[in-house]
Amino acid sequence: MTLLVLLSISIVVATAVYLSLSRDLFRVVIGLSMLGAAINLVVFAAGRFASLTPPLLATVEDAPAAAVANPLVQALVLTAIVISFALLCFALVLGAALRAEAGSDDTRQMHAAEPVAWDADKPPELED
Amino acid sequence: MLVLSPLLVPLLTAVVTVILQRHQRVQQGFSIAGAAILLLCALWLMQDTGSNGRISVALGNWPLPFAIELVADRLSALMVVITAVLGLGVLVYQTSIADTAGEHAMLHPLLHGLLAAVGGALLTADLFNLYVWFELILITVLGLLVVHDGFRHQEAAFKYFALNMFGTLLFLAAVAMLYGTTGQLNFSGLAEAVEKPELKAAIPVYVAMLMSAFLLKAAAFPLFFWLPASYHTLPAPVLALIGGLITKVGVYVLLRLMGEVFVDQPAIFYEALGWIAVATMISGVLGAAYHWDLRRILAFHIVSQIGYLLLAVALATPAGGSAGVFFMVHNILAKAALFLIAGIMWRTAGHYDLRRIGGLYPARPLLAILFLVAGFSLVGIPPSSGFWGKFLLVQESFVQERYAWGGLALAVGVLTLYSMVKIWLEGFWKPDPRGAVLTGSTSHLGTAYAVVLVLVMLLLVTGLYPEPLIRYTDAATAYLWQGSAP
Repeated sequence: MTLLVLLSISIVVATAVYLSLSRDLFRVVIGLSMLGAAINLVVFAAGRFASLTPPLLATVEDAPAAAVANPLVQALVLTAIVISFALLCFALVLGAALRAEAGSDDTRQMHAAEPVAWDADKPPELED
Repeated sequence: MLVLSPLLVPLLTAVVTVILQRHQRVQQGFSIAGAAILLLCALWLMQDTGSNGRISVALGNWPLPFAIELVADRLSALMVVITAVLGLGVLVYQTSIADTAGEHAMLHPLLHGLLAAVGGALLTADLFNLYVWFELILITVLGLLVVHDGFRHQEAAFKYFALNMFGTLLFLAAVAMLYGTTGQLNFSGLAEAVEKPELKAAIPVYVAMLMSAFLLKAAAFPLFFWLPASYHTLPAPVLALIGGLITKVGVYVLLRLMGEVFVDQPAIFYEALGWIAVATMISGVLGAAYHWDLRRILAFHIVSQIGYLLLAVALATPAGGSAGVFFMVHNILAKAALFLIAGIMWRTAGHYDLRRIGGLYPARPLLAILFLVAGFSLVGIPPSSGFWGKFLLVQESFVQERYAWGGLALAVGVLTLYSMVKIWLEGFWKPDPRGAVLTGSTSHLGTAYAVVLVLVMLLLVTGLYPEPLIRYTDAATAYLWQGSAP
């Protein structure tokens, strides 16, 4: 189980790094969100795959009788998923706005914040 | 309850300002009142930690180390106070007509959200909780970047997002690995667990991941490119808050984790950190020397000053930590003051580009004097606060026989002087290239001047009478790298 998860994490990380190094705006966003998914799996794997029993206690119990799944990592992953989903939505809207204004999704064309110098010796002037 | 106030007060203010978004004046009033209450709570917290030492709150009715723990000690209380001072100052400055770029209805909620996130990152003693606060910092800064309409803001936000997101994910991966290895997330629990001999081999790898993530967040060489790509698109008050605080929170967390939790790490880490610090100083100051836009010059100086703070972490002694914290307090105030002065210069002279403006000294002598104090403080000319910060830092590097680090830190000071003199000569001294004499009224700049004046007075007092602050930071950092919590 651990080996299988490890293998899938490494495949997802490799794909994510490839995508986020791209010059295409949306590939960067997808790459970063895939990297987030891979790291969520890392968090999940950090809790070990000891058991598939849900970590639920009967009211009379103080501690589970048999091994149960680690509930902490589930809580951590849930938090991380919520956060990364919000950021993914934000990044997609931002990317769409940038694409609409620049007319291109090539990150090399993004020079509005850092204009190219018009003179080799002097830095460019910025708008206010 | 008091420990929670730096989180609850700004969060509550954020909610109130969201509700009041249709009534701009009322919203502004509540926003400033919220920041003032935050400052009072922070001062109370500092007073409390001064007399009682460490205050800890375990949330959720769980026993430690399972609960999320918030800890206020002298170090975090001082940082919370500085955050609150800056927050209040920026919100008051926002009422003036200096470069505030209009007032979007979501500006105040986002600013208070940022204050809450910074407060959380300063106070938390739980690694995963720290990750959540850093995500909250990231999302509020992104909001503040895009709240001002315009292509260049969105573009800056995208660059900021891509690189910082990577840093946060690296941080989360390190958190997961540390949890998987030690079974702990609480700082004290981790500090105990990493001492186990059977874990000694694995821990440094994860600490290196953690360090890389925070070096990215702190804008250290060579991972700082997101900072000069995005910061200069912000209007002056927001820039003062973000530029003054966010990168320093990264260094603060690094100091805390290295000095309190992962105390016993291989010497190569500190060696590397020292050289990264020096490279950060030099690359930042050289970047600043090239630019002519006030905001870009000052943004590059943030990078340069981060180098000094990292040097303090690399020295890895209580004295080094104390010098670092002193320098951090000075630097946050000086940096914010300079950004706010730049905003007034923009309103008065009409442009941020030094080639286009001039003649501010005869027209606005008070502004010139304020700039002189803040600028020379950043350089570290005695008896300014920057002098004492650099003095303590260089002294400690020489004591540890790190002559190269100390010497280069001094040399970078000269290059910082070059930048400040450039702003002085071009912006204040030379006649206005447009031939105009500045006669615009300053009637709506009163609050802006008042805020800058207060910040500059704080710098002056720290410079002329540094003894209390040095004693405070000595006491606050005495336990770092000693292997035991206070």
